[in-house]
Amino acid sequence: MKAEGTVFKYGDNVDTDVIIPARYLNSQNAKELAMHAMEDIDADYVKNVKPGDVMVGGWNFGCGSSREHAPLVIKTSGASVVIAKSFARIFYRNAINIGLPIMECEAAADAISAGDRVSVDFDTGTITDITTGETFKAAPYPEFLQKIIAAGGLMNSIKGEK
Amino acid sequence: MGMTMTQKILASHAGLSEVKAGQLISAKLDLVHGNDITTPVAINEFEKAGFTEVFDKDKISIVLDHFVPNKDIKSAQQSKQCRLFSAKQNVSHFYDVGTMGIEHALLPEKGVVKAGDCVIGADSHTCTYGALGAFSTGVGSTDMAAGMASGTAWFKVPSAIRVVLTGSLPKYVSGKDVILHLIGKIGVDGALYKSLEFTGEGAHSLSMDDRFCICNMAIEAGAKNGIFPVDEKTIAYMEGRTEAPWTVFEADEDAEYDEEIVISLSELVPTVSWPHLPENTHPASEGSDIRIDQIVIGSCTNGRMEDMEAAYEILKGKKIAPWVRGIIIPATMDVYRECITRGYATAFIDSGCIISTPTCGPCLGGYMGILADGERCVSTTNRNFVGRMGHISSEVYLASPATAAASALKGYITDPRTVMEEGR
Repeated sequence: MKAEGTVFKYGDNVDTDVIIPARYLNSQNAKELAMHAMEDIDADYVKNVKPGDVMVGGWNFGCGSSREHAPLVIKTSGASVVIAKSFARIFYRNAINIGLPIMECEAAADAISAGDRVSVDFDTGTITDITTGETFKAAPYPEFLQKIIAAGGLMNSIKGEK
Repeated sequence: MGMTMTQKILASHAGLSEVKAGQLISAKLDLVHGNDITTPVAINEFEKAGFTEVFDKDKISIVLDHFVPNKDIKSAQQSKQCRLFSAKQNVSHFYDVGTMGIEHALLPEKGVVKAGDCVIGADSHTCTYGALGAFSTGVGSTDMAAGMASGTAWFKVPSAIRVVLTGSLPKYVSGKDVILHLIGKIGVDGALYKSLEFTGEGAHSLSMDDRFCICNMAIEAGAKNGIFPVDEKTIAYMEGRTEAPWTVFEADEDAEYDEEIVISLSELVPTVSWPHLPENTHPASEGSDIRIDQIVIGSCTNGRMEDMEAAYEILKGKKIAPWVRGIIIPATMDVYRECITRGYATAFIDSGCIISTPTCGPCLGGYMGILADGERCVSTTNRNFVGRMGHISSEVYLASPATAAASALKGYITDPRTVMEEGR
């Protein structure tokens, strides 16, 4: 599976309160929630994001609350992947469980600039900055998680076990 | 090679004699928990996947606490969905308005969690129960749904940081100051994916309420869990609250840790995290020129009885600054009732504060104390991210109940020791 898009770049410690502020969590409707994605750090994100676009962050992306609404709004907003130096652990679990691709790659997160065109090959973990011509390799998922991803998320994978 | 306390609990719940850091395991769960924000999403996932029955009605807890008594129609719908599901599944530990409290204060109080348990909760502060010597960690709604269906969850076995506490806390310094100090030292990802295992004679000197507060904010250092050894204080807390047997796990003598951090409790001072990260810690005494608009004393971090006592000791017989809005929220109905019985509620009102029934409300910018642009709040809650409590230009300063109460009196960030020493 591949994706290509324009980069939206943020810093370290992007927290779940800025990804989707709790004042909107009286709704579970993904489309309604996604209208507010990232609004507290980037009010223009929702206006500008297009299907396939790429979100890049620094260390500890997704820290804070356990709200699954956070990876869900990023996915629903159209972003195809989040690339970061590291992910907060609950965000990491939630992204796998709901099927938002995430890639851990410090070199890519450093080198890629906002507005670059980037393509991502999920099967090989290769990240290509089309604007600069640089390529990067993300850390592969452990085999255990690959099984969850291949099953189409956690709920499908436990159904298979029963 | 030996195992940490967390590793031993995980090994026992995975049916293994030994686990190693980094190993992926499937563990049996003693409790699967959710609240009024995360449970509706979990119910949808549970039902969408075709499950009809939870694995064990006695091992599920659902607490309505974030937006209750409901703040608007949408949040009322979410509570209703939780209520109907709990009735249909006959969930044993369902808490609604009247019996509810803030989840992580309530479940230990009601004896729903105990030493040696393996717990997941769809709320990041589920790590609180480590204070009882349990392994407990926050997950998302889909993990909750899978846990409700299967009674198991997958974990990557964490490595650990050993936090050795020495000495004992000075007056007006509390568990909140300990955890803020630690986060200031290691940073908001200083314990990412790891356990924070507290030990040393200082750990045993701490009250249960201080231990709950410390474990509660382990997530604010990125940790998977925080945990304290079980001692006579833990046992005294659990006795009379639960009839179920508990299991005491201890770290092996030769357990391996990534790092050891020593904190001398005797040397700690009242500590405040400046916006917009919990790691931005300063001594409270450095904030004397920071004028504030509001204080909040409450939350799963600091809404317990000792927190109310600390606030009462500072506020009784005094008036808060006229420009400060003082909001006090006992975390559970038992704490709320006790505040009334002991006369704290009257003292808080006489000081110019309001006292609310339990809710998470303002902590996450839900309701009951939202900040306008540029406003500043000293809060005993756990996060001070951009926009956490309201407008994106508002500011949250994290502190202990004593520091929040002292700051309310002065109208500026205040070291509680100065208020108590000089009178007012």
